[in-house]
Amino acid sequence: MKTAAHLALDAASVRGVTYADARVVAIRGRSLSTKQGRVGHASESESLGIGVRVIADGAWGFAASADLSRASVEGAAARAVEIAKASARVKREDVRLAPEPAAVAEWTTPYKVDPFTTSVAQNLDLLLKVDGEMRAVAGVTLAETGMNFQREESWFLSSEGADIHQTKYSTGAGYTAYAFAGSEIQKRSYPNSFGGQWQNRGYEQIAEMKLVENARRVAEEAVALHDAEQCPGGVATIILDGSQLGLQIHESIGHPIELDRVLGMEANFAGTSFLTLEKLGNLRYGSELVNVVADARQEHGPGLGTFAYDDEGVAAQSTPIITKGRFTGYLSSRETAHTIGATRSGGTLRAEGWNRLPMIRMTNVSILPGEQPLSLEQLIAATDRGIYMETNKSWSIDDKRYNFQFGCEIAWEIKNGKRVRMLKNPSYSGITTEFWNSMDAICSRDEWTLWGTPNCGKGQPQQVVGTGHGASPARFRNIRVGTAYQGS
Amino acid sequence: MLTKEQSADIFDRIRRFSSSDEVEAIFTGSRFALTRFANNAIHQNVEEENSMVSIRTNFAGRTARATSNQFDDESLQRAVAASESLARVQAPDPDLLPMPTGEEADSGDRFADKSVRATRFFSETAGITPGDRAEVVKSIVAVANRHKLTTAGIYSNSESEEGIFNSRGLANWYRQTLAEVSITMLADDSSGWQKLNSPDASNLDAARLAETAAQKAMESAHPREIAPGKYTVILEPAAVLDIVGFMFWDYSGVAILDQRSFLNDRIGTQLFGENISICDDVAHALQAGSPFDGEGMRRQRVQLVESGVVKRVVYARATAQKMKNSEHAAKVGSIEPTGHGFPLPNEVGEMPMNIVFGAPEKPRSVQEMIASTERGVLVTRLWYIREVDPYEKIVTGMTRDGTFLVENGKVQCGLRNFRFNQSLISMLSNVEAMSVPVRASGEESFDMVVPAMKVREFNFTEATKF
Repeated sequence: MKTAAHLALDAASVRGVTYADARVVAIRGRSLSTKQGRVGHASESESLGIGVRVIADGAWGFAASADLSRASVEGAAARAVEIAKASARVKREDVRLAPEPAAVAEWTTPYKVDPFTTSVAQNLDLLLKVDGEMRAVAGVTLAETGMNFQREESWFLSSEGADIHQTKYSTGAGYTAYAFAGSEIQKRSYPNSFGGQWQNRGYEQIAEMKLVENARRVAEEAVALHDAEQCPGGVATIILDGSQLGLQIHESIGHPIELDRVLGMEANFAGTSFLTLEKLGNLRYGSELVNVVADARQEHGPGLGTFAYDDEGVAAQSTPIITKGRFTGYLSSRETAHTIGATRSGGTLRAEGWNRLPMIRMTNVSILPGEQPLSLEQLIAATDRGIYMETNKSWSIDDKRYNFQFGCEIAWEIKNGKRVRMLKNPSYSGITTEFWNSMDAICSRDEWTLWGTPNCGKGQPQQVVGTGHGASPARFRNIRVGTAYQGS
Repeated sequence: MLTKEQSADIFDRIRRFSSSDEVEAIFTGSRFALTRFANNAIHQNVEEENSMVSIRTNFAGRTARATSNQFDDESLQRAVAASESLARVQAPDPDLLPMPTGEEADSGDRFADKSVRATRFFSETAGITPGDRAEVVKSIVAVANRHKLTTAGIYSNSESEEGIFNSRGLANWYRQTLAEVSITMLADDSSGWQKLNSPDASNLDAARLAETAAQKAMESAHPREIAPGKYTVILEPAAVLDIVGFMFWDYSGVAILDQRSFLNDRIGTQLFGENISICDDVAHALQAGSPFDGEGMRRQRVQLVESGVVKRVVYARATAQKMKNSEHAAKVGSIEPTGHGFPLPNEVGEMPMNIVFGAPEKPRSVQEMIASTERGVLVTRLWYIREVDPYEKIVTGMTRDGTFLVENGKVQCGLRNFRFNQSLISMLSNVEAMSVPVRASGEESFDMVVPAMKVREFNFTEATKF
């Protein structure tokens, strides 16, 4: 594989580039699902290819090919140079890359059990057991489960001398019980909705999720929602579970801090950001309790945004994003670092695969847990009146990341420190900075989970990558609730 | 990229490597190039070439799939072995059908099939170079500079191929080109947007689209904030397609069998206004895409909604058989395979993806809709749409890139963007006027042939800060 990368760099260099890198990537995936007691789908996939990125005449070009023959690789490199020269015909200034030491490194995701060594029969048995537990509950009309593994091996070489070989594993699983009755479809998911929980780990992750143990409870809740009261509208104190808070971070902190968005590079598709450059160091993003980092290092945990080097060879880092409520950092790259006065990239450039251009992506954008011991039950006990919401059901935010609305699968009304009744169709909405400034409590480390979002889309052509979001349950005051059903 | 003949040779090798009862291979390949611009300059510029084979094996009611983008013997043997081992460990599925024969897949409208194949590949579009794309971008930037605006967007071109072969004699092949332009024009506190695609790049007038986007950005400058509430809205075609796209997953036999469709117990009822008719028609002159489905079956024209009554849904082969034997059979209208299945195995079955809205009796242009509106909101584009309620089909989202106040028959000014929470059932019951349907493209749903719509009582629930 390294031979192909060297061929590409050589072919680019003779064409007069000022910078080139080549990534050879081999991806293997397994995807299994069940539905109503049967296998839904069972598939494996392999993809191999090379992506060549160059700067020529001060502008970028990128070309990718699945064919690793000498002729094809050299052709891709030549094409990348031709494309860069075309880019230079409509440029305003030359690309400037922040300096980065050329790393030579090997790294593999720490794991106990390579998921691909587990048998498909074993995987399906587990999913069918979960499926059976859910369908044993009267009123469940549809039960779906899923399990996914991925192994991504990459070789990154650059004209500056970088030579990095990384192998990343990710594992995910989850399930949903649906109940249709009358004029309503209700659902409950575990451990999270939209694909479950994902981390950069081996099969040990599946074993620790207690999938079977929770299946019946989750299914019973789906059915019970039909008898629950509608979540009221108005202004309320809310408590969000960690998985929902993880998505709230993703949408209202993770995306607006992407420096390419801030600089207008995503204006046509994903949008821009309210976090214009003068706000760095000055904006009161949240309350004193809000501390957020973007941390790709292994010591942060096995998140979907954990790696040793990003896809332009910059070492994993931890960047303080919000410090005691104040906005302190963006997600940056070698190309964009200078716009915030940084001398080094924050190390966040990632690509979906060999055939995509790396771009600024969230790593693990996590809220740090509270320092004082506080469990979820203690937080509920300390709340006179409020609504506790769990598990995302819908999410939407405007293209500058101000106004958001989230729906959750289930909620409970809190009165005098106790959950008094289940509520269906809960939703809440607000403005990003007003919301984070209303946070007045967050649970401590033992309630903190590094959640995985496997389906984050960005870019043209669109790329889907996984991101990590550590969070523990937290409380917010004076939040609008029930807007999703207002006027309908 | 692979030719049909090369793919047939690869399929022969796959057959030799496989010990399964039946084997199928789906080939997909493309050469795709995209030039991306922002801040009035090209900042990303990419090209990729890739081909894949996806191999499905069947063993007496058990099936699975494995995919590879390498075509040497070792890679193909590994993919065949992976597919077979995934299939072998399963319990037999009594609903799994034998793969279709070439004869079975050839049923339906051959004339329409021919017209699809003859009209969707353009050598000139496939041959567009990086230099050509740069010149188009230059023309867009020139519009931005002339109006003192900032522009961002893309110009792309591709050629793609899709083929399916199976061991029962089916062999189907299709190729297509596509060019696309999407343009955002940004002013200090406003923006405008336009997007269009076509198999034939000569149908795209980038400079004209840039001018329209620029006018929207300038006319919506200094936006006013008005209170959220129920308004008459005029949705341009891209806004219509992005919001209505969220209901078409439910026009599927499997969705009915799973009881996850908003059409549960509603097929045959007057669900929408009498002015709403919708069909799925891959052969429509403004449509694009392959004339066969994931099993190689010919896509049929299906009338989904007629005068507001939901008539039927689409079916893959196995779904149709299952539906005929189900408790729902008497209340879902016609049940036949329609050529809308996804590659097997899958959980979702099928979906109509070549949506064409029926033309209204008296089409009204957007300008005529504005002229007939006492007070309302003109919407260019919707964004970040997600489903809130699956049965009432309430969806939420935002307006974006050109939202205007209409008063006394005229566009008065730009507006700060709104959040909406809107039932699609209510929306399609409240359509007061429609334009001639056009091919439209957005970001939340697949491309469709849709009209602009004037809709009363559209439910805006909040306003944002810009």
